[in-house]
Amino acid sequence: MTESTWDPSKPILEIENLSISFFTRMREIPAVMDFSCTVMAGESMGLVGESGCGKSTVALAVMRDLGKNGKIVAGSIKFKGRDLTHMTEEELRHIRGSEIAMIYQEPMASLNPAMKIGAQLAEVPIIHQNMDKAEAWALARQIVADVRLPDPDRILHAYPHQLSGGQQQRIVIAMALMSKPALLILDEPTTALDVTVEAGIVDLVKDLGVKYGTSMLFISHNLGLILDVCDRLCVMYSGEAVESGNVREVFATMRHPYTQALFRSIPLPGADKNSRPLVAIPGNFPLPHERPQGCNFGPRCDYFQDGRCNAAEIEMSTVAGDDRHQSRCLKWQEIDWNAPMQRKAAKEKTPVGRVVLKMDDLRKYYSVSSGAFGGGAKKVVKANETLSFEAREGETLAIVGESGCGKSTFAKVLMGLETATSGSIMLFDENVQSTPIQKRNIDTVSSVQMVFQNPFDTLNPSMNVGRQIIRALEIFKFGTSDEDRNARMLELLDLVKLPRAFAERMPRQLSGGQKQRVGIARAFAGGAKVVVADEPVSALDVSVQAAVTDLLMDIQRENKTTLLFISHDLSIVRYLADRVMVMYLGHVVEMGTTDQVFQPPYHPYTEALLSAVPIADPKVTRKRIVLEGDIPSAMNPPPGCPFQTRCRWKSQVPGGICETQMPPVQTLAGGHQVKCHLSAEVMASMEPVIKIAAE
Amino acid sequence: MLIFIARRLGVMILTALALTFIVFYLTNLPPNLEKLARTEGSVRMTDEAVLAWIDQNGHGGSVFGRYAQWIGLAPGWVLTDEKGVTRGRCINSTNTPETAATYCGVLQGDWGFSTVFKKPVAESVMQKLGSTGWLMLAVMLVMVPASLLIGVLSGMREGSRTDRVLSIFSIATTATPEYVSGVILVAIFASATAGISPILASWGWIDSKTLFLGTATSAMDGITFWNFALPVMTIALYGIGYIARMTRASMTEVMTQQYIRTARLKGVSFGNVVMKHALRNALIAPFTVIMLQFPWLLNGVVIVETLFNYKGFGWTLVQAAGNNDIDLLLGCSVVAVIVVLTTQLISDIGYVFLNPRIRLS
Amino acid sequence: MDDQLLNWGQIIARILQQFLPVWIALAITFALSFKFKRRLGLYGKLFDSPVGLVGLFLVMFWIFTALFADLVITMDPIAQFGRVKNPPPGTPIVDAAEGQYAYFLLGADHLARDVFSRVVMGARRVLMIAPAATSFAFMVGVTLGLPAGYFGGKLDTVLSFLSNLVLAFPVILLFYLLVTPEIRDTGIPVTLAAVLFIFPVIFFCTLFNSRFHTNPTRRNLYVGLTLLIGLWAYSGLAFNKDPLGIWSMDPNMLNVFVSVVFVNSPTVFRIVRGIVMDLKARDYVAAGQTRGESAWYIMLWEILPNARGPLIVDFCLRIGYTTILLGTLGFFGLGVSPESPDWGSTIDDGRKLLSLYLHPAITPALALMSLVLGLNLLADGLREESLKD
Repeated sequence: MTESTWDPSKPILEIENLSISFFTRMREIPAVMDFSCTVMAGESMGLVGESGCGKSTVALAVMRDLGKNGKIVAGSIKFKGRDLTHMTEEELRHIRGSEIAMIYQEPMASLNPAMKIGAQLAEVPIIHQNMDKAEAWALARQIVADVRLPDPDRILHAYPHQLSGGQQQRIVIAMALMSKPALLILDEPTTALDVTVEAGIVDLVKDLGVKYGTSMLFISHNLGLILDVCDRLCVMYSGEAVESGNVREVFATMRHPYTQALFRSIPLPGADKNSRPLVAIPGNFPLPHERPQGCNFGPRCDYFQDGRCNAAEIEMSTVAGDDRHQSRCLKWQEIDWNAPMQRKAAKEKTPVGRVVLKMDDLRKYYSVSSGAFGGGAKKVVKANETLSFEAREGETLAIVGESGCGKSTFAKVLMGLETATSGSIMLFDENVQSTPIQKRNIDTVSSVQMVFQNPFDTLNPSMNVGRQIIRALEIFKFGTSDEDRNARMLELLDLVKLPRAFAERMPRQLSGGQKQRVGIARAFAGGAKVVVADEPVSALDVSVQAAVTDLLMDIQRENKTTLLFISHDLSIVRYLADRVMVMYLGHVVEMGTTDQVFQPPYHPYTEALLSAVPIADPKVTRKRIVLEGDIPSAMNPPPGCPFQTRCRWKSQVPGGICETQMPPVQTLAGGHQVKCHLSAEVMASMEPVIKIAAE
Repeated sequence: MLIFIARRLGVMILTALALTFIVFYLTNLPPNLEKLARTEGSVRMTDEAVLAWIDQNGHGGSVFGRYAQWIGLAPGWVLTDEKGVTRGRCINSTNTPETAATYCGVLQGDWGFSTVFKKPVAESVMQKLGSTGWLMLAVMLVMVPASLLIGVLSGMREGSRTDRVLSIFSIATTATPEYVSGVILVAIFASATAGISPILASWGWIDSKTLFLGTATSAMDGITFWNFALPVMTIALYGIGYIARMTRASMTEVMTQQYIRTARLKGVSFGNVVMKHALRNALIAPFTVIMLQFPWLLNGVVIVETLFNYKGFGWTLVQAAGNNDIDLLLGCSVVAVIVVLTTQLISDIGYVFLNPRIRLS
Repeated sequence: MDDQLLNWGQIIARILQQFLPVWIALAITFALSFKFKRRLGLYGKLFDSPVGLVGLFLVMFWIFTALFADLVITMDPIAQFGRVKNPPPGTPIVDAAEGQYAYFLLGADHLARDVFSRVVMGARRVLMIAPAATSFAFMVGVTLGLPAGYFGGKLDTVLSFLSNLVLAFPVILLFYLLVTPEIRDTGIPVTLAAVLFIFPVIFFCTLFNSRFHTNPTRRNLYVGLTLLIGLWAYSGLAFNKDPLGIWSMDPNMLNVFVSVVFVNSPTVFRIVRGIVMDLKARDYVAAGQTRGESAWYIMLWEILPNARGPLIVDFCLRIGYTTILLGTLGFFGLGVSPESPDWGSTIDDGRKLLSLYLHPAITPALALMSLVLGLNLLADGLREESLKD
């Protein structure tokens, strides 16, 4: 069958009742069950769900690349009317890369490190169109220009490691577009990238989709991104599609309890930790071989009805009136979808107390040797420049910035793992600036603790949970006997709402969220007064994020802890922070209360950052500000203002001083600090990036 | 790049000095010198006479001084005994105390005199190195292609039947040191009483008593398949297993990389995925291993040359060590150290060239 | 007495019968392990891997053979029986004494010593030295590799240079220099032993101190016990000056042992260093640092346990490699007494008459091969199973 015989009004991709299982030595693990969806020509379909829900498996099944253990056990995948599940390897080879192309999460890993970019791109038309080499390279050059990369000739002759992450992802996209495929599968294409870079990639994907008329299957865990990119979506839970339909319809009038719970657990504008707290989904994601009878979401569902929801497998049913809107719920017609969510009791705002931490003009420079093999001149990397702020008891200070902004260095200096180059750190009226952790006394060490980012890394895999907490108690000289410490350890498990039996478990038996709770318990073992949380929830699934965030807030309220919350995710920062500090290339560019930072006047970087974060709410309109280029390297920062290379307001500053002079810190109304050359008038003229339409 | 090579060279020279010093120190320990005195002088010498002999022949004084003389950085010793005969490190039958050079060490090309072979060390070592060179060449020609082929074939489809069979084969050969495989090979192919030779002889397929020769002594004069195959296979077998395991590990790792999936889903055929995308990345690690195999090859050479009585470098080393021939042993060590360090340097540079990630950063 | 040569069927039957204690021990071990395999962690998982199982069988076979060697042998492995040189397998012994085994099951060598008994006794010798020497090499490699990888910098540069120095030495040359009778008079082996054997004591003292310094009573108990036992054994093994005379090592053996440890430790060092450099970037290490743990606690209790997978695999491989090294030493007649039933020296003895009499050389050759093969297969099985989870 050739392209000419295919009727463009028919679906490009039609998946019907697809079931996929992985076969291990022990058992068959069903990964996807009874999954159906259709993608029409030029349409973009979003697949959304938490990790382990089977969304990537669907994508790989379309490519027929499930590995040795994966098998399609039922159903069909029709691409332009031909069933992919019955194709031979040879037939598949002609479709892969030419008619269906795929883009993955890790751009660096997707490119062959030992081959030039040009060769990797040119390979596609050489295989599929028998193009000669020169012509293929010419085409590659043209496509590289199409994905808006500067200096295509240089890039074609470069190796992957010579490009930045954002450039690499553009190359992966270019590679997918080389043969103008009819269907493009994108598996979390921007998850590994910084938000401002992500915004550029998303724009590019949307534009190219329109330009080439490509249909897309877009896989993401990020609801906001799906809203930005897709026309239709399919929400997956535990191997099944639970709801599908037009994006705007589903977002506005969802008809499945899981979708609803998901939306209630993500911090949308308007949520607030005190007055409108998030509602976490209770319970845990079921393991593939422990799925319940009937509705998979049943045990966690607010509307669960015993004897009905868990009686038999549930079919997708069509929601009448809407555009191909379906839900896998028996009760969707009975549920009052407009009922306001059962508000958790609004919580008291924590009173803010005395200053516990004060940093003054802190600098941290590293000297590194450049050059490939040691040798070469020593270079100074200014990881932190003139960092001054104070944090009070019971306050949450968010530190926001993208990779390379110096937020992790700052944490290390505060913890005493590194000593500052100059400046002072006052912790409870004690100067700890040049005291490394070995020389700090136990009280100081136990009162400043840290919660780490990666749940899979935060606990020692070969020590049980109880031991790890007890070790922290031993080190902090808590109690006099093993019994004391054991009792305290169990109390700490209660504090983080984990069953006491978990003390005996090994970390690998815990889920990501549970590990993160243990990490929090360990941090509070010595009664920490200041806790640095380094992206504590960014690696967790959205539904778990809410629960862990809530836990942190609760403990903070009880203990009057000062929380330094490091994050790149502005949504969660807006939700929980009292004050926000925005960093860029080692500099604090803006600092103020949450309201001040999230409303104009902004620092130009904050403005771009706000605009870049996707928001999963169709009522919100955002001004699109896409930053050009990548974040400069901290090794080689631009002269003058660090942000001048990407700033859209630069022309508003007379005399081009942005390129020569470091801007001063301007203090605006209410102690709002902005490090910018822009005049007060220009700042006052800034418009809000986010507008929420009236309900 | 130049800085890198210069640094490596610096470290190499330091290593060479340290290694030769250790060898010098260990070969010139007092018991060895006493033994030398008794073999060179007379077996019935008194202890005092032995000490006097050691002093008179330039083996007295600090070990550092003697090492510097041997290297050629300090003037060679000159002593005049009570009979008025002047002898010295640099004085031999062809020159007189007046015409002799001041420095005569390894750097000046004077490697000393072998007491076993009764000729200058440089001469005997060079001659034997030639023989060993042929052996090494043959081993490399068999070992490298065979092991890479086995490694790539078993690594490209992990868990397949080909993989299982080839893996067992390579594990088995790494479990068989040269002195075992040599014995087994001889038993099978070169024994008049066992293996296949008696059968072949009874069928009249071979004229001689055995298919292959059990010794390689005749290969000194002319290499033939029948006298050279067994020693070469004996050394190669052990290496094949080891390099094949490394190649397989590297290949299986590369085959699970995301970029291999990218290539596959671009529509590249399996053959091309292996040849164009996987091979180059997979060969970086084994290349280093092959180069670092040289110290091991040297081991194999010593065992095999002893086992098959092939008078090459390894055999010389055994003779020198067994007969307390200090100068010859030192000469052999210098050669061994140079070979090992050169291969290390090649391996480092090769690694950098094969790997664009390092070359261009 | 029967003067007929035994045929191969009879020989095999009699050999199998001689190994009876080994079979019983193997059967018990495998039955118990199989029954409780789900509770035995990584070891239990070996029973799911055919390769690992074969390896385990071979290794256990030789371990039990070494243990029950006295029951398995048919005659004194050192004594000479009769005047016939190199009798073939199954030869009956002429005028055998009363109660003596009547056959050379696998023949005898050129001194009319029983090959079967010598090979069985050789297993005991190999399995006494190889695992112990490997353990010492691990102690040295781990104790030095941890700080080199963790701290980096000058310490790492110096230690790496030293380890590369040893690695650049052709092993055989080192053996010829280190394992000679003359060298014993110089005290070099004792000095080396004094340096290498102190590492286990340092290792365990640091291990307990870093963990229990918060609880001085327990710390003093553990460190004190370590010092007591460690230094006692140390005085005996390294200097042969154990006041009670329990720990001691034959000078010949010490020489071999020290050389093998010396050759193996740099490789272990390199492996440990590499793993530490990888693991030290983990968050649980940072968590340890932020609560003010000492560097040694982090290295020994946070990093080392998580490096155990590759280290166990390498331990198995390294015992095999050490077995090969010991064989090499025997093959060149280094550091062994002439009558010792060492596999390497037996091969060396036998190879001189190889084209005429195969059995004296081929039997120990196959024994050595099967033990090393077993260890390699075991390592492969362990590696494969530890990757699955």
